[in-house]
Amino acid sequence: MLNQHLPILLVVVPLLAAPVIVLLRHSLPSWLMATVASIATLAIALQLHQQVVSEGVISYAIGNWPPPLGIEYRVDAANAFVAVIVALIGVFVMPYCRRGVAPEVRAEEHYLFYAMLMLCLSGLLGILLTGDAFNLFVFLEISSLATYVLIAMGRDRRALVASYQYLLMGTVGATLYVIGIGLLYLQTGTLNLADMALRLPTMGDPRATLAALAFITVGISLKIALFPLHLWLPNAYAYSPSAVSAFLAATATKVSIYVLMRYFFTIFGETVVFDARHTGVILLALSLAAMFIPAVVAIFQTDVKRLLAYSSVSQIGYITLGISLHSVGGLTAALAHLFNHALTKGGMFLVLGGVVLRLGGSALDRMAGLGRTMPIAAFAFVIGGLSLIGIPGTAGFVSKWYLVTAAMEEGQWWLAGAVMLSSMLAVIYVWRFVEMAYFRDPPEGHPPPGEAPLSLLLPALLMIAACVWFGLDASWSGGMARLAAEALAGGWK
Amino acid sequence: MRLDVILRVLAKLLIPFAVMFALYVQFHGDFGPGGGFQAGVIIAAAVIFYALIYGLPSARQVVPDALVEAMIAIGVLLYAGVGVAGLLLGGNYLDYFVLAHDPVHGQHRGIFWVEVGVAITVSAVMLKIFYVFAGRRRDAGEEAS
Repeated sequence: MLNQHLPILLVVVPLLAAPVIVLLRHSLPSWLMATVASIATLAIALQLHQQVVSEGVISYAIGNWPPPLGIEYRVDAANAFVAVIVALIGVFVMPYCRRGVAPEVRAEEHYLFYAMLMLCLSGLLGILLTGDAFNLFVFLEISSLATYVLIAMGRDRRALVASYQYLLMGTVGATLYVIGIGLLYLQTGTLNLADMALRLPTMGDPRATLAALAFITVGISLKIALFPLHLWLPNAYAYSPSAVSAFLAATATKVSIYVLMRYFFTIFGETVVFDARHTGVILLALSLAAMFIPAVVAIFQTDVKRLLAYSSVSQIGYITLGISLHSVGGLTAALAHLFNHALTKGGMFLVLGGVVLRLGGSALDRMAGLGRTMPIAAFAFVIGGLSLIGIPGTAGFVSKWYLVTAAMEEGQWWLAGAVMLSSMLAVIYVWRFVEMAYFRDPPEGHPPPGEAPLSLLLPALLMIAACVWFGLDASWSGGMARLAAEALAGGWK
Repeated sequence: MRLDVILRVLAKLLIPFAVMFALYVQFHGDFGPGGGFQAGVIIAAAVIFYALIYGLPSARQVVPDALVEAMIAIGVLLYAGVGVAGLLLGGNYLDYFVLAHDPVHGQHRGIFWVEVGVAITVSAVMLKIFYVFAGRRRDAGEEAS
């Protein structure tokens, strides 16, 4: 009986957990509640994904008002796949929070922290599952507002400024999105995405569609942190609590990328977006800029968290590059990289969180001699770095392989060279850490050798191990990414 | 302090009516303009009025911080709980049709509880914002001393 309600339960479970946590007020029970809720969420997401793969698209009518009038949740292989990623990261981050958050967030605010994390999770999953354009905006706001609070909870005072910066940029992005929705609503008279996808082709290609496309693309790109719109991201990731950096880096931008894909391929359709105008070329140029410029900036960072943040902007470039190819192969590469990069970057931020806890800061200088004082963490970080570069045997290699293959299918041989060159830049910024950790002596006043507490280390190591696992055996992740890509390109049937 | 007798007496006279009006807006929301959001704001306004005249500490005694925070959560739980009730009674999430034997009656019942939830959360959030801003310097001073 419960199976038919899975789409809504996925969103409602964390949504209900948040107010319950506020009522619990104490740190330990709130953490337990959040952990239970996130595990339940993952179980639901996996079950839902399996159901979609075996039975096809699931439609769920909220309040039993049939779509397109009522709000519909519509699940296919694409959003179920991204939902599994988000829920999975949630489960990895939760056990980490217990010890990881204690030194970073004031004890009397712990329950608020967990409540916000649950709201953020609920918002992100809502964005993924909903089949209603305005409902998507509401969930976008729920997740964004929760994110602003989470970032501001960082112990560094600059966290407040970073959060405020993100708030301004995020609000501009959300506003542009709503304007786009308004234009689409005026034109088609519907907010249901599937209905909109059916009606838009009958309208021809008027200027209002173009305006809506532009507003939605730019608005969502702000949330994605696509290259020139990425300025909020480095500070937001650098000054938020470590667990939040890991969670956001692995989920928030990824969900927005899904939204962009959905609008490009399912709602507007390839003919309007790519064939009628130069969206593909513009996106390609921005992706290339993202692959190179932030990667160069990352090389010159003196703070490892900021280094990882700029690397994220650069890695997002690979994902949008896959979108700009507008082929099933390109989409597969984009979705595979979405999954692999979530694991890699999430894992690296978690490892770094443990290191920061021991060293008291994330400046690169402090990491000197880390290979001797915290050998396991340093090694895990390097493995994650190898995956960022795309060394064979790690998850990063698999997605870059897909990307290069997709580019070659399109006859764009030179893109393979660009991907290679950009990976070289990743080698440099990862090498800076390696040099610091393995070829320098620990500085004066370095804490005595020892690893981070097990509850911090274990989730981090599991994620890094998953990175290697999906690098060696990509049959599940690659297969699911292909199914998701086909679902996106095929439209909601 | 002795000069504001008029204000104090008038406030005591007006506040019950303000709350009464909020309840009218709340429960008449089904048939006329109004509803949970507006009612919640009016309730919060009544308490804020009380705080302006009698001072923040006495307002915090009448409506303590802990209660405000609990109310924020309870309202959301009530709203989401109505949705779950729909699930348990065999309908979809937020399905009001199954909440009573007669579907129209079910819709009434569903929207009634949802609006109660909205009123509770909105009034509490309004108050929380007021408390945080009004008590900013005061609370910071307490921490320092």
